Amino acid sequence: MSTTEEKLTGQQADNTQTGDAVDEVLDPSVNKVASTDDLGRNYHLFVAGTDEGDQKLKPRSQTTARELLREVGSVLRMSEADAANLGELPDDPEEDQTMIINMGPQHPSTHGVLRLMLELQGETVLRCKPIIGYLHTGMEKTAEQLTFMQGGTNVTRMDYLSPLNNELVFSMATEKLLGIDGDIPDRAVWIRMLLSELNRMSSHLLFMATNGMDLGAVSMMIYGWREREEVLRFFQEVTGLRMNHNYIRPGGLAADLPAGWRDGVLRILDLLPPRLDEYDILMTGQPIWRERLQGVGVITPGEALALGATGPILRSTGVEWDLRRDQPYMHYDELEFDVVVGSYGDAFDRYAIRLAEIRESMVLVRQILERIPEGDYRIQDKKVTPPPRARIDESMEALIHHFKIFTEGFKVPEGEVYVGIESPRGEIGCYIASDGGPNPYRLHMRDSSFVNIQCLPHMMRGGLVADAVAIISSVDPVLGGVDR
Amino acid sequence: MSDDASTAQEQAEVAESVAPAIHGCPVTDSNGQEVIHASVEQYLDVVKALADEGYIMCVDLCGIDYLEFMDRALPDDIEPQRFEVVINLLDMAHRRRTRLRVQVPEADPTVASLFEIYPGTEAMEREAYDMFGILFADHPDLTRILMPEDWEGHPLRKDYDVGRIPVQFKGANA
Repeated sequence: MSTTEEKLTGQQADNTQTGDAVDEVLDPSVNKVASTDDLGRNYHLFVAGTDEGDQKLKPRSQTTARELLREVGSVLRMSEADAANLGELPDDPEEDQTMIINMGPQHPSTHGVLRLMLELQGETVLRCKPIIGYLHTGMEKTAEQLTFMQGGTNVTRMDYLSPLNNELVFSMATEKLLGIDGDIPDRAVWIRMLLSELNRMSSHLLFMATNGMDLGAVSMMIYGWREREEVLRFFQEVTGLRMNHNYIRPGGLAADLPAGWRDGVLRILDLLPPRLDEYDILMTGQPIWRERLQGVGVITPGEALALGATGPILRSTGVEWDLRRDQPYMHYDELEFDVVVGSYGDAFDRYAIRLAEIRESMVLVRQILERIPEGDYRIQDKKVTPPPRARIDESMEALIHHFKIFTEGFKVPEGEVYVGIESPRGEIGCYIASDGGPNPYRLHMRDSSFVNIQCLPHMMRGGLVADAVAIISSVDPVLGGVDR
Repeated sequence: MSDDASTAQEQAEVAESVAPAIHGCPVTDSNGQEVIHASVEQYLDVVKALADEGYIMCVDLCGIDYLEFMDRALPDDIEPQRFEVVINLLDMAHRRRTRLRVQVPEADPTVASLFEIYPGTEAMEREAYDMFGILFADHPDLTRILMPEDWEGHPLRKDYDVGRIPVQFKGANA
C-alpha cells in the first residue's frame, strides 16, 4: 500500500513529464494510479473489462427475501398469506433445477444493449433482472459542461428515437427558468407541435418494425423502416438531419420551415393511411400475431402506477393519462384528439395503442397544418436570440453580440424547474437547476424508458422465453435514453 | 361583532406572515411550481402523507450535488447541505404535481428509501446512489446501476473531474 502511495506522490510531483505518464497508463499490466483525475484512477477498468458484480442476478440462496420478491415481479404489497405461499409455489424450485442465463447485451431483440439476466426452469422465466449501463456516456455530466445554447445537441442524443421531444422538453425547461415560456411566438409553438407529432409517428413506426421483427414478421421490419424513413426525410428537409436535429432551441427554433414544407407533410399524410391499413392486414387481424401477443406480459393499472410506468404501457392498462390532454402544454388544449387506451394491459394492447396513436397523430398534424400562423420562428429577445445574419454585416454591436452568445452563451437566472411532456414512450421530464451561469448547474432527464424498464421483471414472470422477446419489444425501451 | 371581525382579520394577517407549510414543511414557489422542503427526518412521513393525499405516482427522483452553489435560495429555516434529493410527485386525479427537496448532509448522506411507497423509485434511487453516493436506507438492492460495480467515485459529484483519455498529440509544443 505504501509503495502505491509513494508512486502516486512521485508521479504527481513529476506530472509535467506527461509523456512518461501516458506510456505507463497505456501499459495494462501497470495497475496503479496514473493521473490525478478520476478517469485515470479508473483506467484499469477500460483495459481489464468491467464486472457488474453485485448488480447481477444472484442465485436464490444468496438473494434476500425482499430482493427475491422484487425480482419475481412483486410490486404491490403482498398479503402475508400470499407471501407465505410464495415459498410453496412450483416456481420456487431447488437451485439445481434452474439456471441463470444472460439475454443480451448483444441480443438483437434487446433493442441495443439491454442485458437481461433470466432465471429459467426449462423454458419458463422465473426471475428477471435488467442490467443496464452499457451505453452510459455520462450525458448528464456532459450537460453541465455545455451552455444552454449547446445543450440541445446533447439532450437530443439521449432518447435517440424521439430527438425532437428531448429538445422540446429541454427548451421548455430553459424557457421557464428564463421566464419567457409565455412569450414564444405562436408560429414557433405550432411548428414545435407539428414536429413533435411527426416524431411520435416516426418513433411508433419504428416500433412497428422492431416489434414485427422480434416476433418473426420480418417483412414488417422492412415496411416499418420504410415508412419511418419518409418521416425522417421530412425532418432532413426541415432540420438538415435525419436524427439528432438540435432544431428546437431555447427561445424558439433554429430556422423557419423551408419552402414546400406543407407538401412534404401532406405527402406523409397521404402515404401513411393505406400503409397502416396494410399493417392491419399483416398483423392486427392475423391469428398468429394475436396468439403471440394477447395475454402476454400482462400488467395491471395498480402495478403500472406503482412502477411509475407512463405512456403506452400505462394506457394499455386502461388508465387514461396523456399529458397532452391532462396537463396540456403548448396549444394541445385547442386541438381535438382521442387518448387511446387499452383494457387488458398486455403486449397486444400496447401494440394496438401505438398503431392507433400513429393515426391519432395524423389527425393532430392535419389540425396543426390548418392552424400554423405566419410570424416569427423565434423570440426576439436579445438575451437568448442571436442577431440575424444580415445585421452582422452592418453592425459591429451585432457581431459582438453574435460572438458573445455563441462563445459564452446566455445566463439563466438562479432556480430549478421540472417540465414533463408526453414523448412517444411516456413522460419525458427535464429537471434543471441553474446557479445563474450560462451552463446548467445540474440537468437531469427523467427518461421514460429508464422507468418503464422496471416493468420487465413483472411482465415476464412465469412466461416463456419466447414471450420475453415479445415483452421487451412491447415495452419499446430505447437504451440511449435508459443509460444516458 | 366588531371584535370577531378584528380577530378574523388578525388571524388572516398571522396566516399571511407565517410561511405556508404542508405537513410541517416550508413550501416555496419555483417558477410557478410548488416545492416542499422536507428534512431528512420528515422525508418519509411527508411522502407517505402526500401519497395518502392522492399523489399516486413518483415521477422522478434525482440527486444534486450543490458543492459549488451552497448560497442558493432556500427558506429561512432550511440549512443548505451539500446534497439534495429531489422527487417529483404526480396526482392524476387532481392533475397536480408537487416537488420535494431534501437537504442531505455530506457527513451522513443517508435518506429513507421510498421503495415501500413507490416501488418505481427503485432504479432512480440506485441511479442517485451510483452518481452521487447518496445512500437510501432500506433499499432492497442498493448497487450501482449505470457504472460498473467496481468503479471508484461517484461521477456526477462536482468534485469528480470530467476526465480525459490521454491523447498522443494534445498539448504538444508545435
